Amino acid sequence: MTRASFGLLRTQAFRIVLVYVLLFAFSVSALLFFTYWNTRRTLDAQTDQIIEAEITGLNEQYQRLGIRGLGESVMYRSLHPDPDALYILADAQHRVLAGNLDSWPSITNDPGNFVEFDYERRLNGVQDARRARGRLFPLQTPGGDFYLLVAEDVHDRDLTQRMFTTTLPWTVGFILVFGLLGGALMSRNMLRRLDSINRTSGEIIAGNLTRRVPVSGAHDEFDILAENLNRMLDRIERLMKGLREVTDSVAHDLRTPLNRLRQRLEQSQARLGLAGSDTSEIERAIAETDQLIGTFNALLLIAETDAGTARGTMTPLDLTSVAADVCELYEPLAEEKNVTLTLAKPASETVIDGNRSLISQALANLVDNAIKYTPPGGRVTVRPGVNFQSVDICVADSGPGIPPQERPRVIERFVRLEASRHSPGTGLGLSLVAAVAHFHNAQLLLEDNTPGLKATLRFPRPASRIIPGPAKLSQIPSRSAAE
Amino acid sequence: MRILVVEDDIEAQRYLVQGLKESGHVVDDAADGDLGLSLALSRPYDVAIIDRMLPKMDGLGVVAEMREHGNTTPVLFLSALSEVDDRVKGLKAGGDDYLTKPYAFVELLARVDALMRRRSPVTVKTRLQVGELDLDLLTRAAKRGDQMIDLQPREFRLLEYLMRHAGQVVTRTMLLESVWEYHFDPQTNVIDVHISRLRAKIDKGFDTPLLHTIRGAGYMIRAR
Repeated sequence: MTRASFGLLRTQAFRIVLVYVLLFAFSVSALLFFTYWNTRRTLDAQTDQIIEAEITGLNEQYQRLGIRGLGESVMYRSLHPDPDALYILADAQHRVLAGNLDSWPSITNDPGNFVEFDYERRLNGVQDARRARGRLFPLQTPGGDFYLLVAEDVHDRDLTQRMFTTTLPWTVGFILVFGLLGGALMSRNMLRRLDSINRTSGEIIAGNLTRRVPVSGAHDEFDILAENLNRMLDRIERLMKGLREVTDSVAHDLRTPLNRLRQRLEQSQARLGLAGSDTSEIERAIAETDQLIGTFNALLLIAETDAGTARGTMTPLDLTSVAADVCELYEPLAEEKNVTLTLAKPASETVIDGNRSLISQALANLVDNAIKYTPPGGRVTVRPGVNFQSVDICVADSGPGIPPQERPRVIERFVRLEASRHSPGTGLGLSLVAAVAHFHNAQLLLEDNTPGLKATLRFPRPASRIIPGPAKLSQIPSRSAAE
Repeated sequence: MRILVVEDDIEAQRYLVQGLKESGHVVDDAADGDLGLSLALSRPYDVAIIDRMLPKMDGLGVVAEMREHGNTTPVLFLSALSEVDDRVKGLKAGGDDYLTKPYAFVELLARVDALMRRRSPVTVKTRLQVGELDLDLLTRAAKRGDQMIDLQPREFRLLEYLMRHAGQVVTRTMLLESVWEYHFDPQTNVIDVHISRLRAKIDKGFDTPLLHTIRGAGYMIRAR
């Protein structure tokens, strides 16, 4: 079976149809069975009544005229044109004395009770195997033992019964086939509509905010859903645009004066330098300004990353190659500090969908921190790897680590632990890493490396690499799936 | 060299123009996009420095229009906008380099120099030479005098970039962007460590250093 039909079987619509079809098939079977059972009972009761009447009549003859009178009566009745009424009077050796059957049928000897038996009769010159229901009476007379069999042909009843037993499976079969076919068509139709909604949502999650859910024009509940979703998306798009405008104008309004400030300082430095004065104060002021600019840039980047306004910039990238570049950049720094920086080779391909620049920056921050806090002689290991649902990259150091109770706090903006207050940095490094993680629906895990810190970025596996083809609901990367 | 400056912040513009003039360039200026575009199209410039946000016509529009008219003047974008994908937009629109405000003047000057150098007719070089330092781009062999220098791939690219800009100041950011393709500021100055490693390989044991640190600006490779 193909994956698509598995998808069909999994839909809610199909499941509902399946349950109803089974229920319907069951009720129809029950109804037919009950009708059959009732019909048979009625027919049998009718047959029995006829036989009873015959017996009453014959008994009267027997009581009045003895076995001879009975024999005549049987003979007389056998000439009666009704072919369904059967009579046999036989002697102790089951030889037929009178009646409309050629031979004594094979019959269980159950005197007085109703029995059913097969017999053959010749009708219009054709030998015919038939079934009958009747009562057998042994008669003990002074002239010897006799047997009287009074029966009624039930061949028509059997035909009715056969009709029921052949109709039932066919009816149920038709119900199942047509019901399931209808259910499949219905679910396929629903699935198609839902699929288009899901695909659009997937594209929007992946960053294309301009996409809208297609409206079929049928004005059904799916169209109402699509219209509502589209209204919601319009609103989100407006909000995102607004946010973007705000960050842009904040950036512009702060950077312009900062630019002038820096330029003036540079200018004064140049003039004073030419005049032969000491410019070290101004140099310090410029350094402070640069620090300010750095902090501002980092904050802005975190805000933008958190808002996810640059989602369109996601491409498939190999985490191992990103890590290799970052390690290569930091390796001389580690060596200078006598820290061993190693990149572990992963067992399989570590490809994710992501923004290379942001992930490089996040990794650089983690490696930078790791080297900064690892004492000489220690080691920093960068380890990319693939798990069942995630692609991880972990930066582990042998430094002092972060106490468990402090770990959630260090991700907050500007938080720097007491021990690191005096080393350079903005205190935004880990916040940026956390923002980059959030941007990619990834998790930032801070764990104990005994000793040291193990920081892991856990990315969701890219949907396109698990199942190719159009996105289904279960394949859209969602935050809840990553967490 | 002739430079066009299109910048609406008058004070920043004045400072920029003055700095560029002091560095020996001929500078025209415009305070809005319209004027900037007509200047760019009517006079030959070696480099155009264009702000992203301009009155009348946006910086991206100016460059797009210039390119439309077949104008290939290298463009350096100045931007006060937030960053993530703005750089990409600027380069897509036809810009050649991108600098975020606030910037250090030396950074701007170094980039303008690099852009001008790029403009000069490109001869496919297979060999770069600075003094007795010799870099063969085909065999990827580096030699100073008779002495072979063993370089890691990234060191090779670093030296190649420096040698292509021999005699010019190359800033740390330029190196990070060109050699490592990173557009962010690594918190620690990792570039300095790479440079000192490279310096140990090419200058150690020789009387005249080739790789110079330019205080407050960056690095320069030159024969003397």
